[in-house]
Amino acid sequence: MTNNETKRKAFLDGLRDGVPIALGYFAVAFSLGIAARSAGLTAFQGFVASTLCVASAGEYALFTLIGAGATYLEVALLTLITNARYFLMSCALSQRIDPKTRPIHRFLVGAVVTDEIFGITIARPGYMEPAYNYGAIAVSVPAWAVGTALGILMGNLLPGRIVSALSVALYGMFLAIIVPPAKKSLAVALCVLLGFGCSWLCSAWGTLAALMSPGMWTIVLTVVLSAVMAAAFPVKEAQGDAQ
Amino acid sequence: MRNNYLYILVAFAVIYLIRVLPLTLIRKPIESRFLRSFLYYVPYVTLAVMTFPAIVQATASPIAGAAALIVGIVAALMGASLLPVAGACCAVVLLLELVLV
Repeated sequence: MTNNETKRKAFLDGLRDGVPIALGYFAVAFSLGIAARSAGLTAFQGFVASTLCVASAGEYALFTLIGAGATYLEVALLTLITNARYFLMSCALSQRIDPKTRPIHRFLVGAVVTDEIFGITIARPGYMEPAYNYGAIAVSVPAWAVGTALGILMGNLLPGRIVSALSVALYGMFLAIIVPPAKKSLAVALCVLLGFGCSWLCSAWGTLAALMSPGMWTIVLTVVLSAVMAAAFPVKEAQGDAQ
Repeated sequence: MRNNYLYILVAFAVIYLIRVLPLTLIRKPIESRFLRSFLYYVPYVTLAVMTFPAIVQATASPIAGAAALIVGIVAALMGASLLPVAGACCAVVLLLELVLV
């Protein structure tokens, strides 16, 4: 295949894999829009916030703080905390970028590192193809931004059972990302089971859960469990790099 | 009265730096085997932590959420790709909640 055909195929793959993400995003963004509405944002402001930030927990924190009339410093700090996991994801992604890739792609792909787009990117073998990310972004970010704006405009018009059903689309996607590698690697399976178990413990144990926000727990558990796994089961030379 | 656009701009600036700094500053392959192993495991742990128990709490009925979790895992084990797995999870919740809610 020529270079352009490869890029075109990667872009189309990205579009295809972005569809379930877009569906999940739409439902989540719609409920996010309801929160933004009560914080006093206009539909256009919600659209702008979602286009720029593309972050569920981060935007929820932002809208809550706006509603409470918080300071800009508070917004900056809470944004840092609720989005810290993207730092880890970008670190992981940086290992997958072909050193020959033009720098502009680092700035563009980096702008939309979300849990889901990171997940489908990392699930592909070899070096990252920016065109794949652009495909996924092209279908999922508009759904996210429009979903937020519609949530602000229409409030509770979408039937509750539809929102409820759509809300698991995201988690279904997570499962599609983590289960197949867990089937092949015992260490990855252990990561998933430990993640499920510890997350459940933190959530079930009310006093523990109250110590930190869910976003913070995601950070702490990720760092601790990944470090333990890395010490106990270091990857072979070929793994961890671009495979 | 503070400006909503300025709030949004502050949040965007912080998120953008978090996301782009590692991609633009860390450009050499990482030598440390521990660090490479750590980064290899990060996505699986993060996504697992974010999936459970959140999936059970996201739905109107926790039972429907739990069923979606099981159906999703089984579908993924059977080799279904992203869209079918996500669709199966949604369908299970929609159907179960017709009875449960």
